[in-house]
Amino acid sequence: MEEARWNRFVGCWLQLGSRWIPAVSAGAHGMVEIDGMKMVQTRAILSYIAAKYNLYGKDLKERALIDMYVGGTDDLMGFILMFPFLSVEDKEKQRAFIVQKATSRYFPVYEKVLKDHGQDFLVGSNFTWADVHLLEAILMVEEKKSDVLSGFPQLQAFKARISSIPTIKKFLEPGSQRKPVPDDKYVETVRRVLRMYYDVKAN
Amino acid sequence: MSGKPKLHYFNGRGRMETIRWLLAAAGVEFEESYLEKKEDLTKLQKDGSLLFQQVPMVEMDGMKLVQTRAIANYIATKYNLCGKDLKERALIDMYVEGMFDLNELLMTYGYQPADKKEQHFANMMDKATNRYFPVFEKVLKDHGKDFLVGNQLSRADVQLLELILMAEEFKPDILAQFPLLQRFKARISNIPTIKKFLQPGSQRKPPVREEDVAKVIKIFY
Repeated sequence: MEEARWNRFVGCWLQLGSRWIPAVSAGAHGMVEIDGMKMVQTRAILSYIAAKYNLYGKDLKERALIDMYVGGTDDLMGFILMFPFLSVEDKEKQRAFIVQKATSRYFPVYEKVLKDHGQDFLVGSNFTWADVHLLEAILMVEEKKSDVLSGFPQLQAFKARISSIPTIKKFLEPGSQRKPVPDDKYVETVRRVLRMYYDVKAN
Repeated sequence: MSGKPKLHYFNGRGRMETIRWLLAAAGVEFEESYLEKKEDLTKLQKDGSLLFQQVPMVEMDGMKLVQTRAIANYIATKYNLCGKDLKERALIDMYVEGMFDLNELLMTYGYQPADKKEQHFANMMDKATNRYFPVFEKVLKDHGKDFLVGNQLSRADVQLLELILMAEEFKPDILAQFPLLQRFKARISNIPTIKKFLQPGSQRKPPVREEDVAKVIKIFY
């Protein structure tokens, strides 16, 4: 039963994290029905799930670290959110911007965290929300530049390690609920349903 | 070392104001170190004080906390402004995330270029009156209690008051259709720590003035 719940929530939040954020952060709500609640607002949903399944650290200070790290990967993934809606020309500009921010501001931070404490996970000695979120961010940036981790040996090892956690491994396999990279159909659907994102510019 | 939290930001609202509100509501005294020019930011970046090279940053309890939400979460949890259990926290978090969205709209208005201001204004007023305030009016109406969640003061109440006052600065009668929010505003404003924060001479910051916008932008860009 634990494993099934674990599967469901990891799937739920990774799905929310990677492909639903455009809808939710725009205020047009993705919604998750969970434990008798209809939850909206991605971060609120993710916090609830993380706390419920013990992925939020063991105390307030660990929680603060997790929140900080997740804030960073959120910001990074935020640059990728609007990517599908950009013009072809702006996409190239944005791609460069994403890679520059990832390699100069965000990845070095997590590389250093891992190097300094030498542990398997970002915070404390257990798997937390921060680890899943970072893996997701890494995979998303790699979709924009496949060798983006080349200067980050700790992150390469981290990526391999977290990807091989059974539930995550399963989620990364074809046929799971993980959503694919947005394509033109996605763009058309989002624009039609939400009636927004028509005039998006690069950072 | 005073033991008080120390806030690093420019002398204005921006993304630090919500944090000031939470500390004030909790009755926690804090110090502030203002960035006045770009060199002040650069120095903090070079010191390694800013995890992602950005402010807000709050030094407290031996940590240099960054990321607005992380800081706000830490303070709210430490000072019991997050409800009594996970479900109350979930409600509070949902409300507060909506509030952050509206706050972002209101707070960034002053920094918009002249040709974007009108549209931004229309959008933010529309969101306030048609998307966000109706939700909180309904929450209060449905349960009939004094506070948004769980019948005790939480960060949701503090952050909503902050928002109401900001919105009223742009449109003084913005609560005209929201009688319960009007009563809520009066009630929460009267809580002693909050009442104190609303008095002149407190660390609450005024809205950014047009003449200061360029100066703020220079610090960050």
